[in-house]
Amino acid sequence: MVIHPWLPNSPREIKEYMLKVIGKNIDDLYSDIPSDLLLKRELKVGLGRPLAEFEVKHIVDKIIDRNKVFKDPPPFLGGGGVCVHHVPSVVKDILRRGEFLTTYTPYQAEISQGLLQALFEYQSLIADLVELEVVNASMYDWSTAIAEAFLMAVRVTGGKRILVPGTMNPEHYEVAKTITYSKGIRIEKVNYDKETGFMDLSDLEDKLRKGDVAAVYVENPSFLGFIEENVEGIGELTHKYKALYIVGVEPLSLGILRAPGNYGADIVVGEGQPLGLGLNYGGPLLGIFAVRWDRKLVRQMPGRLIGLTTTVDDKDRAFAMILQTREQHIRRERATSNITTNEALMAVAAAVYLSLLGKHGIRRLAEHILYKANYASRMLSKIPGVKAPLFKSKHFKEFTVGFSTNYIELHKYLLEHGIHGGRYLDEFKEELGECALFCVTEVHSKEHIDKLVDTIEEYMIKR
Amino acid sequence: MSTWRQAKWNEPLIYEIGGRGRIGYLVPEVDEEIKNVVGSIEELIPKKLLRKELPELPELSEVEVVRHFTRLTQMSYGVDQGPVPLGSCTMKYNPKICEELASDPRITELHPYQDEDTVQGLLEILYKLQEWLAEITGMDYCTLQPAAGAAGELTGCLIIRKYHELKGEKQRIEMIVPDNAHGSNPASAAMVGFKVVRLPTREDGCIDLEALKYVVSDKTAGLMLTNPNTLGLFEKDIKEIARIVHDVGGLLYYDGANLNGILGVVRPGDMGFDIVHINIHKTFSTPHGGGGPGAGPICVKKELVDLLPRPLLKYDGKKYYWDYECKHCIGRVRAFYGNIIPLVKAFTYILSLGPQGLREVAEQSVINTNYFISLMKDSKGYSLPYDPERPRKHEVVYSAKPLTRDYGVTAEDVAKNLLDHGLYAPTIYFPLIVEEALMIEFTDTETKENIEYYAKVLKDIEEKAKANAKELKEAPRNTSVGRINYVKANHPRTVTPTYRVLRLRNKGVQLRL
Repeated sequence: MVIHPWLPNSPREIKEYMLKVIGKNIDDLYSDIPSDLLLKRELKVGLGRPLAEFEVKHIVDKIIDRNKVFKDPPPFLGGGGVCVHHVPSVVKDILRRGEFLTTYTPYQAEISQGLLQALFEYQSLIADLVELEVVNASMYDWSTAIAEAFLMAVRVTGGKRILVPGTMNPEHYEVAKTITYSKGIRIEKVNYDKETGFMDLSDLEDKLRKGDVAAVYVENPSFLGFIEENVEGIGELTHKYKALYIVGVEPLSLGILRAPGNYGADIVVGEGQPLGLGLNYGGPLLGIFAVRWDRKLVRQMPGRLIGLTTTVDDKDRAFAMILQTREQHIRRERATSNITTNEALMAVAAAVYLSLLGKHGIRRLAEHILYKANYASRMLSKIPGVKAPLFKSKHFKEFTVGFSTNYIELHKYLLEHGIHGGRYLDEFKEELGECALFCVTEVHSKEHIDKLVDTIEEYMIKR
Repeated sequence: MSTWRQAKWNEPLIYEIGGRGRIGYLVPEVDEEIKNVVGSIEELIPKKLLRKELPELPELSEVEVVRHFTRLTQMSYGVDQGPVPLGSCTMKYNPKICEELASDPRITELHPYQDEDTVQGLLEILYKLQEWLAEITGMDYCTLQPAAGAAGELTGCLIIRKYHELKGEKQRIEMIVPDNAHGSNPASAAMVGFKVVRLPTREDGCIDLEALKYVVSDKTAGLMLTNPNTLGLFEKDIKEIARIVHDVGGLLYYDGANLNGILGVVRPGDMGFDIVHINIHKTFSTPHGGGGPGAGPICVKKELVDLLPRPLLKYDGKKYYWDYECKHCIGRVRAFYGNIIPLVKAFTYILSLGPQGLREVAEQSVINTNYFISLMKDSKGYSLPYDPERPRKHEVVYSAKPLTRDYGVTAEDVAKNLLDHGLYAPTIYFPLIVEEALMIEFTDTETKENIEYYAKVLKDIEEKAKANAKELKEAPRNTSVGRINYVKANHPRTVTPTYRVLRLRNKGVQLRL
């Protein structure tokens, strides 16, 4: 018997009254469970008893004090577009509101118009960013959005091969392989130019010529940071062989980079984390999923879609979930995907964030990041034994840095100096040598960058 | 008559507000020294990839953005405002302390690729949560990686598939799923390439054992089951079910959506299940956020640990670390490690309640369900199909069929009239085996008074159906808008998934899907 603030009917008097009305005791209510299955002891969880709020706070506080937050400078880590960015107070404030935070999927549209409108606005803002007409209300993250895009391309085209860049994000590649496994889909890497990182177009065409290709996927910017310059040409080749063109994006870069809808993308996927989500040790994230206005594509899309309509009496504008016959709760095993719970609140965060930035803000922020990241790579490149960026091509916020020395040792040295360096690219070690993926954003000041550069220089000279 | 009214702001779209040139986010000028080093911005982008026209985003000041979204929240309804008794969704109160601790910068400002040494505190939380979830479900090991329940199901199905392949039994392509299962079960099984075999429900609301014996074979990969099932009934033959499936070499998958009523009472692992997913955003009370983020950890028995997606979180007695070793693992189902923030909230929730608290959660949720059933006993308008005398667990499914038959009032009409009283509707038209279904789950956190009020409103609706059924068809009236035109919403000529489409149509472009 526990009386607890979260359990309003737990006081003995209330509980006993309710059981009296039911006409049973608590054991009766569980009497249909075979008695040998019943747990005859207490669970071994928590500290063995209910705790007061101040006790919980004290315990958790002590545990998380062992985490180190890198503030001065913020971490220079990249990977999958997930870098440290400023989260506006307005975003945090809206996300805390219980009317959004504690609501369910808007199955009852009339009482959920506010949430539906916010999600519709998310879809609309992303649509304008990527220049495609249809955007869903979110996938879990970039990696699962890719996997779903591949499955969708196979459903639409009937092809079984998917071509991806040789420099593809290794985690994304693994997720796509895992989720599409057993559907007989072959994911093949296209060669890349070791100097620029660009996709090898002749290898791409060779692979396309063999037939049975459902889609070609590119990342722009790529996992290794370089901007893929031939996105238009890759799209043309892809379409020449009747495959779908899937482009993966980092959304802030679209403040200054051409929108994929503008260079032939049929499907756009991406990571919405930069749009006001924060780091959160990598979760929750926000999978962007957009398609061109095309009946076949839209009907095969995974996930929830919110649409604009009116009330039955035509008096009011209204919003509702649309094209639901694609989804699992209606179509079951014939659904386009099993996705149910998605990342709705993160989509709302992105909507608030993009509304704050607006048309001009996103350009200014993209330019700001571009300046700082390029400043960092240029300053690093002056250090002997350091090649930054590793590729002879342009980059946005992330860039690969090559080292003539063991990066792990340097990394430790940086940590000792309160600096968190880039992500070690051990997956590419054989092809590219010792290198790491760095990321510089608006939150890194010139002093932060200089400190990174100076400390690396110090280390390289000492060696 | 209810005097409750939801806010109605007639709020314009974000695109329709504001003047030109306003900003809601100040981006400072870049240091001159930086510019001197880097040079012209045009040089930094390949010419052919420079965005020539700015994206068509709105131009708003900060206060306009705040007001807009605040107004939208006022036209939304969550557990913080009132009961949300959606069956199988376990919409319980989300404790504020869990929110506060999970939004601590010492958690939110950690990068996923930070050195393990710098995130030991967080890893300890995640590791302990894994252990607790294994204990609660009666399993041996867990991964927190899947982002939601359905992602957990998919992971489980991939494990089942791989398990049989490793044993050289590739012919096992059939996944058995009861006809009352959550829709995500067959959808997840199909995503992995399994053929879904549907199992009928007996008159007593449980799995038909004879049918099960009939469909199992050397093609059986496994059975996906939730217990208590979606009718709120405990599958009392579970031991026999497990034996039948195991005897033919299949595995048992547990859909954890319905775990709330049996916490600390009975464990899926002890029932014979091999794989379990847990909906963190249901049983462990993390907010649903209007559709997510949730988290869908998977727990398995010993023999399946090697198949779990990598990396696995481990502890060597001194240090917590990610183990990337993958001999037989299925791969990876998400980037990084999982939906960390909801997971931290779940840790706080379990820590707060302790074993006695969790057990009390189960009892409260079951008492609330059966108390409600007692209150509804004298109703003729709502029937209780499938063994009405047996106690339900976390939820109960009524049928509005009598109301439909006698007065033409449907489950949807009932739902819309509940909304008019400031109450959220039950899950309707699910499970599919109940006509005009009203699936109700009050959870452990609903007050006795609200349960009584809910029953009263349902009965009032029944009375109104007798007197003036037509009026019920006009609900809802007290919500921000009335009933939605779904034909227009979905019609190829009018379907509007984004403002971009509306803008093009307004320019005269014919857009037909």
